[in-house]
Amino acid sequence: MLQFLVRRLIGAVVIMFLIGAFTFFLFYTIPQDFAELSCGKNCSPENIAVIRENLGLDKPITAQFWEFMTGIVAGRDFAQGHCSAPCLGMSFDSGEFVWDSIMDRFPLTLSLTVGGLVIFLILGLGSGLLAAWKRGTAADKLVSGASIVLSSFQIYFLGPIVLGILVYQSGIMENPSYKPFTENPVTWAIGLLIPWLVMATIFTAQYTRMSRSTMIEQLQEEHVRTARAKGMKQRYVFFRYAWRGSLIPIVTILGMDLSALLSGAVVTEFTFDLAGIGRLAVDSSLTKDLPVTMGVMLFGAFFILLLNILVDLAYAYIDPRVRLS
Amino acid sequence: MSTLTKTEGETAPTGPESFLSVSDLRVRFSTEDGIVKAVDGLSFDVARGRTLGIVGESGSGKSVTNLTVLGLHNPKNTTVEGEIVLDGKELVTATEKEMEKLRGNKVAMIFQDPLTALSPYYTVGRQIAEPFMKHTGASKKEARARAIEMLTKVGIPQPKSRVDDYPHQFSGGMRQRAMIAMALVCDPDLLIADEPTTALDVTVQAQILDLLKDLQQEFGSAIVFITHDLGVISEMADDLLVMYAGRAVERGSTAEVLRRPRHPYTWGLLSSMPRLGGSIDQALTPIPGTPPSLLNPPSGCPFHPRCAFTGEVPGDRCSTERPPLGEGRAAACHLTAEQKQTFFIDKIQPRLR
Amino acid sequence: MSDKLTLPAQQGSSTASAETLLKVEGLTKHFPIYGGFPIKRRVGAVQAVDDVDLTVGAGESVGLVGESGCGKSTTGRLITRLLEPTAGKIEYAGQDISHASRRQLASVRSEIQMIFQDPYSSLNPRQTVGTIIKSPMEVNGINPAGGRDKRVRELLELVGLNPEHFNRFPHEFSGGQRQRIGVARALALNPKLIVADEPVSALDVSIQAQVVNLLQKVQQELGIAFLFIAHDLAVVRHFSKRVAVMYLGRVVEVGDRDSIYARPRHPYTHALLSAVPEVSMVDEPEERERIRLAGDVPSPIMPPSGCRFRTRCWKAQDKCASEVPPLVRIDGNRDGHLTACHFPEEPTIAAREEDIVLDPALAALEGPDKG
Repeated sequence: MLQFLVRRLIGAVVIMFLIGAFTFFLFYTIPQDFAELSCGKNCSPENIAVIRENLGLDKPITAQFWEFMTGIVAGRDFAQGHCSAPCLGMSFDSGEFVWDSIMDRFPLTLSLTVGGLVIFLILGLGSGLLAAWKRGTAADKLVSGASIVLSSFQIYFLGPIVLGILVYQSGIMENPSYKPFTENPVTWAIGLLIPWLVMATIFTAQYTRMSRSTMIEQLQEEHVRTARAKGMKQRYVFFRYAWRGSLIPIVTILGMDLSALLSGAVVTEFTFDLAGIGRLAVDSSLTKDLPVTMGVMLFGAFFILLLNILVDLAYAYIDPRVRLS
Repeated sequence: MSTLTKTEGETAPTGPESFLSVSDLRVRFSTEDGIVKAVDGLSFDVARGRTLGIVGESGSGKSVTNLTVLGLHNPKNTTVEGEIVLDGKELVTATEKEMEKLRGNKVAMIFQDPLTALSPYYTVGRQIAEPFMKHTGASKKEARARAIEMLTKVGIPQPKSRVDDYPHQFSGGMRQRAMIAMALVCDPDLLIADEPTTALDVTVQAQILDLLKDLQQEFGSAIVFITHDLGVISEMADDLLVMYAGRAVERGSTAEVLRRPRHPYTWGLLSSMPRLGGSIDQALTPIPGTPPSLLNPPSGCPFHPRCAFTGEVPGDRCSTERPPLGEGRAAACHLTAEQKQTFFIDKIQPRLR
Repeated sequence: MSDKLTLPAQQGSSTASAETLLKVEGLTKHFPIYGGFPIKRRVGAVQAVDDVDLTVGAGESVGLVGESGCGKSTTGRLITRLLEPTAGKIEYAGQDISHASRRQLASVRSEIQMIFQDPYSSLNPRQTVGTIIKSPMEVNGINPAGGRDKRVRELLELVGLNPEHFNRFPHEFSGGQRQRIGVARALALNPKLIVADEPVSALDVSIQAQVVNLLQKVQQELGIAFLFIAHDLAVVRHFSKRVAVMYLGRVVEVGDRDSIYARPRHPYTHALLSAVPEVSMVDEPEERERIRLAGDVPSPIMPPSGCRFRTRCWKAQDKCASEVPPLVRIDGNRDGHLTACHFPEEPTIAAREEDIVLDPALAALEGPDKG
């Protein structure tokens, strides 16, 4: 197990490096002078030269890449000051260190993810299990039907409607905003409640459908029938035998969804006008702010790899065949 | 051939002494294609300590029957009619709670493929201990000791450490032994074994069959043994029920049914099967055609489209009138008793040399 | 010791077939297993087939029996060259095809055909029966007189299917009929050798006989040699004139049908035959010997040294662990009846004075007086 973990971690580092290298060289093939871009209008050639030196753009690409990579591990010095590790470079646009901008935005992204996750896991898995348990009844048909309708909704469709009703028309709620959890958990939750609910609605529908169908599949497994043939109670069989097998597909999808959410929920952030990682990513790529774009990409890649490893560990926990092979 | 005359005397056990009594059982599934008549008017009895073999090909309804006995069919698309009486208790109308008390306790089941029939997520020991704790109220510790005891009994080496293994760490034969241990842990009065050795190699099959026989001696359970393999059934069963298209077509003691069969289907099965002791020069005589669809079973005798003897029955009785299966030693066929005997001796027996 | 042994002149020389069609020598197939840390490397091998000798004469039916993991299917796939052997030689009609390339195999491929176990998965569900049977002719550019379609109809008729069903799809047929389609496809190229891998084990008893009879008819009327691979000893006995018994990748005993089934010498053959449940048709059947082995077949990844059966054998001695017993004719055996055993059994399957019960659970339950 430990060996497996070490191997996966080494692999993850290698993949991170490759992603970094790939994006770096891909961006540098864009026929665009970043110094000119950074300088703005009415820029003198001298200014451009200064900026170019300042940003290190006068050095060969390989050297720039090396600087970038060592910066992540050991930090880096710019004219504006020391950028401590993990240094993802400096924005061409704002002159801020990329890591700092990401860290500015990350609490919001994390809050959005965690809040939504709690809601859609409870509601989604709960209603999915209920539908599977009551398969074929009116309750099942209601839940299944609703989940199909809701999962075809989109955040940018549902979001404005909810905002219109709750904020603009009735004034029950204020416009969504981010207030740090550490200052006041209550205002934090109230501020993000609408985005959570809207986001969770769509995810809930998906998790309902998935958990229902995997549970129904598992309930037809022979070992589940054996458990019933031993006289175990239906509820026991349902939760101990069938549920255990359903966890594998659920955890797989959950890992993918979580890593996507943590690297920025673009649509949610735009719909509710919140400044998270997703927004940072879109803005930076529109302004061709290469260091920021790359930083966000690497940040997202980190979560994908991290969750991949976590999902594999979860497999090992759930299924002894994985653990012992 | 003088032995042929005394056959009527032998009857399968019926009446109050039988431990399990199934009468006129009808099981229907509704599917997208229509109603499947999986079991159609089946009756049989099993006495304590006896083994009833149910033999039939795929789709003959033999497995469905036994899932129904335990109430393990899907109640949503299945209708069950008739009577299943276990030790004086009616099961068709029993509640789920009552069935739960019986399953694994009074009646246990062994399935065909122990790899898929055992949960991959829990240790063998836990899966054996579970029903013991549930039905006897034993503590975790007692149940574990019992699991080790059962594993020892079924011949798992180093049972004290292997009790904590998962099914995938066992070989095929050992898994089936664990399954037997699980079935016998509460000392059931009736054991239903559904093709328990079909997935196993022949040398392992021999071990498992003997083990079941020896354990039956010790535990005194009745066994319903379901298989498609006549060889296996002849070594295991005291009494035999031959099923075809959801119905019983022949019944009697195993020796009688296999050595003096009376139904053309049983004749067909026996003469289509190569045997180690059979003559090599004798070609196999297959049953023509294929088993019928249970969505739309043939009228009258379900075997008539494949039967070579319909011409011997006057009129079109075979295709219009369902032949009844009498009490005791019997075959559901319109041929007269005399015809059954002479046809077997003249036409069938020479093929079985 | 040496006077008891007679080296085989030519395996199967006693049988009728004068001409050897297929000759396999020292055939070996090891499937590598990779693992290790931090860099994956070869850590072992599944020794699926190890040093197997086998011959099949022209028009001869040879059976290959054994339990799961004995390598019988792999042997079949090696002979049809669906797999490439790790070592050893496969000689077909005098031509060495052990490592022949695709192109070199082309001519041989049409002469060696295979029939598979599962009639459900070995036929393409999207092709009509006509296309399925025709395609080997198309691939090999064969144009029979009267056209390919006519030939397909003839083949369908030959295997007992309605030629009118030419345009139907596999799912419209029952299991037994699908296996007939498989046979028709194998016959399309007029093969000289058919390797049938468990051709009837997925079928119902009443249908099995139909397919066995069909194969027998094909074998006898068309003079096609068969390598019949199966775990069912009775079916193999019925079909094959000569039988090889495999255990853990090796042939432990080979000989004419009567020698193997009535006069076996290898303890494993004894155990195997004794394990087959048999319907007795008479009221007082002859008592057969009762041998109950312990446990399952060991893993082919780390097979026992010397004789591979020794870990489950009641006669095993030190010699069995140190020396691989050669496959030779033992004194008292007929020509061509070869056994790989240091301490062979008596050539009879009659009941012994004492049953051999190695299984600990059975021995315990049956008490010291019996076990």
